[in-house]
Amino acid sequence: MRFAPHTEQDVRAMLDALGLDSLDRLFDQIPASVRLDRPLDLPEGRSEMEVVDDLRRLAGRNRSADDLVCFAGGGAYDHYVPAVVWALAGRSEFATSYTPYQPELSQGVLGVLFEYQSMICELTGMEVSNASLYDGATAVAEAVNMARSATGRARVLASAALDARYVEALRTYGRGAGYEPEVFEAPGGRGGAPDVGEDVAAVIVQHPNRYGILEPARELFARARAGGARAIQVFDPLSLGILAPPGELGADICVAEGQVLGNHLSFGGPYLGVIAARMADVRRLPGRIVGETVDVDGRRGYVLTLQAREQHIRREKAVSNICTNQTLLAIAAAIYLAWLGPEGLRELGRRCAAKARYAAERLAAVPGVELLFPGAPFFKEFALRLPRPAAEVRDALIERGFLAGVPLDDADGRGLLVAVTERRTRAEIDAFAEALGEVLR
Amino acid sequence: MTTRPAEDGEERAGAHGRTGVPAGAQGSPERIGAPVRTQGPPGQGTIMDLSRPGRRAWSLPGLDVPEAELPPDQLRASPPALPEVAERDLVRHYTRLAQMNYGVDTGFYPLGSCTMKYNPKVAEQAAALPGFQRLHPLQPDRTVQGALELLWRLERALCEVTGMARATLQPPAGACGELTGLLLMRAYHAKNGDARRKVVIPDSAHGTNPASVRLGGYEVVNVPSDARGLVDVSALEKLVDEDVAGFMVTNPNTLGLFEEEITEIARIVHGAGGLVYYDGANLNAIMGKVRPGDMGFDIVHINTHKTFATPHGGGGPGAGPVGVVDRLVPFLPVPVVERDEATGEFRLDHDRPDSIGRVHGFHGNFGVLVRAYAYVLLHGRDGLEAVSEGAVLNANYLAALVRDVLPLAYPGRPMHEFVATARRLRDETGVRATDLAKRLIDLGFHPPTVYFPLVVEEALMVEPTETETRETLDAFAAALRRAVEEARTDPGLLHEAPVTTPVRRLDEARAARQLKLRW
Repeated sequence: MRFAPHTEQDVRAMLDALGLDSLDRLFDQIPASVRLDRPLDLPEGRSEMEVVDDLRRLAGRNRSADDLVCFAGGGAYDHYVPAVVWALAGRSEFATSYTPYQPELSQGVLGVLFEYQSMICELTGMEVSNASLYDGATAVAEAVNMARSATGRARVLASAALDARYVEALRTYGRGAGYEPEVFEAPGGRGGAPDVGEDVAAVIVQHPNRYGILEPARELFARARAGGARAIQVFDPLSLGILAPPGELGADICVAEGQVLGNHLSFGGPYLGVIAARMADVRRLPGRIVGETVDVDGRRGYVLTLQAREQHIRREKAVSNICTNQTLLAIAAAIYLAWLGPEGLRELGRRCAAKARYAAERLAAVPGVELLFPGAPFFKEFALRLPRPAAEVRDALIERGFLAGVPLDDADGRGLLVAVTERRTRAEIDAFAEALGEVLR
Repeated sequence: MTTRPAEDGEERAGAHGRTGVPAGAQGSPERIGAPVRTQGPPGQGTIMDLSRPGRRAWSLPGLDVPEAELPPDQLRASPPALPEVAERDLVRHYTRLAQMNYGVDTGFYPLGSCTMKYNPKVAEQAAALPGFQRLHPLQPDRTVQGALELLWRLERALCEVTGMARATLQPPAGACGELTGLLLMRAYHAKNGDARRKVVIPDSAHGTNPASVRLGGYEVVNVPSDARGLVDVSALEKLVDEDVAGFMVTNPNTLGLFEEEITEIARIVHGAGGLVYYDGANLNAIMGKVRPGDMGFDIVHINTHKTFATPHGGGGPGAGPVGVVDRLVPFLPVPVVERDEATGEFRLDHDRPDSIGRVHGFHGNFGVLVRAYAYVLLHGRDGLEAVSEGAVLNANYLAALVRDVLPLAYPGRPMHEFVATARRLRDETGVRATDLAKRLIDLGFHPPTVYFPLVVEEALMVEPTETETRETLDAFAAALRRAVEEARTDPGLLHEAPVTTPVRRLDEARAARQLKLRW
């Protein structure tokens, strides 16, 4: 199946206009020595119907959060996505356009991105947001680049309670940028005392952290800033209806995985990298930024601005290499936040916290199961210590219809991270606790 | 030239009365002689202007468990000032904004270097299947066999198209693919105890290339283009030494021209121990005709949102898979999808000691990769080759229709896109490339890329793609010719343009000077 519209006559007429006798002549400048002298080793193209059948078959071999009750988190969460979000974000005027290089034809995308930036600032208590990065992990790497450039310092300290995948991504990108993230201890699953010497550029703290625990963020950020480093917070956007925002906690730069803002689980992507900062760092902020201005008739309109930061102007001196980003997911995030409003955001946070607390109590009451960090306050996620290897228990629970959580790579392989969103009902939690009890019996 | 029937134009005006898309867009530019502002009052404001305390769109089930108490010092003191609107307000507001936007589904979008081809709807449907869309990224492998099989099959297809041994599908965009490729380069040289410091790129390279090179920890060395618009091979030979880690290039290059001496280039770089990197921005020109691996490339990134028609999303998401030759396979990011030949089972392999590590939080932009895979299945071996033939045919046909009034920057035969220059026109009339672009908007088209590549003065970079009809190409050529003619007869039309859009030319200097980045 092909989407090229030409008839044989079209092709003939067009070749005639070019004075060519075959399509292949268009490729004459490719040296014969490297030309592919066989067809590609791929199946023949197929009809739409056959392709749909094939993809349905593949999709059908997966067990999704539609048929397993999902208690898995660890950076991606089963929050409800209201119908209106993708009914609007999926409109093809948004979906089939590209980066708004021609603002007169792009006031739609630019307008929503301006709203997105505004809502992220409101949510985080920060002064400036960009128009999206790839995901949470790459956003942390971008924040580190900002901090190193702003301070002129080299070292990067990360809490042991920062998502392990984010630390892995920092290790990868640090090899190019010239740093190696140093992990400082978080005794009892939180806090710690990073040694912020005068060569430290950034201190990274996730709050709520990788165990779901609320960090003493104010103290950690004060310590970072007193040492002259940038305090970077990894936050959960949906915690901010009830938890104090990064701006108030003293973060200089905050980043998040924005999947939770109206975007689907989708096996890990496409997700949304959220980043917000102080105005002092606006010229170090990576990616697209939308600004308001006026047209020649004085009417309000939006454009991409501060482009002198970016790769297409500044080339090797750009603050980042990002070009294509995650605009459509930022559009979905703006629509989702407008759907929630301040009250919905608070109510959603309340439900997550309450259900997580309830689940923690029920699960920790199962014989042999205990909280990994008893007494530590948490938001929507918590860590259990199981009497048996967590991966084994998780696999057994799949047979009973539960995606039990994410095994932790510490606690002797017996730690299980459990996330509870507003979607989980009391009945599901009760059934989960019962199933866990049966599996462990 | 064929024109659409008038009723069609009227209908479009009705449906898009407030959009930036003039009535009767494609097809009949001459009917839009006296542009009228068709839109209502623009800037009706942001969603916040519709906000009224107590209005709401949200709904959540009642709380069925006891309230949780959190430490008071952790709580938010005052709520964020998010909009409070009814769902209908929300729908109208964002529908209005959507209508102010121009996409491939709206009309011809010949934005050079971006490959704005038609995005098949069936791919959207596939990505939305609950068995894909509702998968958590940290589920155990045995519950995601279909997803892993899809990734495995897509990897193999991309390797076949590019002539590579293995690929990672993790990079979420082309620029991230570039950086991934450079980190692979770095890991490879490091393994050989070889600390090289420089990467060579052509002066016509896309801006992401030098930016990625620096983030990869390398110094950028530019090699000039010669009079043909191709890499100056003798200059390259002088630049390449034992300190050069690699050379990055697109082929066809950013001028739309095939680097005919590519095997010689690869020989020079390999001869000094360097690696050759293929920037896949222009892969749409060569599928089934020639493969980067056969040209001597060691690392290839692919932009699925270009070549494999995944929607550009207003600026993303895309996906930037990276393929490599055998000797670089050990360094690929973790995890890699492996298939057990005995059982046919798929698994994510994290245990790869030489890996550069992960470049994304999870498995990359999976939903985008599903769409790319659907595209591969729909086209197959014959279809993908036909895609490239159509893309090159359309670009050459269109170039032939306009090059007498708007000369090509270089004389060689273009492939899937061409770069014209308005330098002479500017010197003679004062009309610049951007004025032509804005006038094209009033004549019903999205303009080409302007002022790129930087090595061409007053550049217009035109990429029609294979999914456009001859009628559309004819109409666009007529519009461009008309605009060039008007530059001489009525230049005010171009300097004033656009006048048919919700806003006219915007004050970018003011936007940067008086920063207003939020409400």
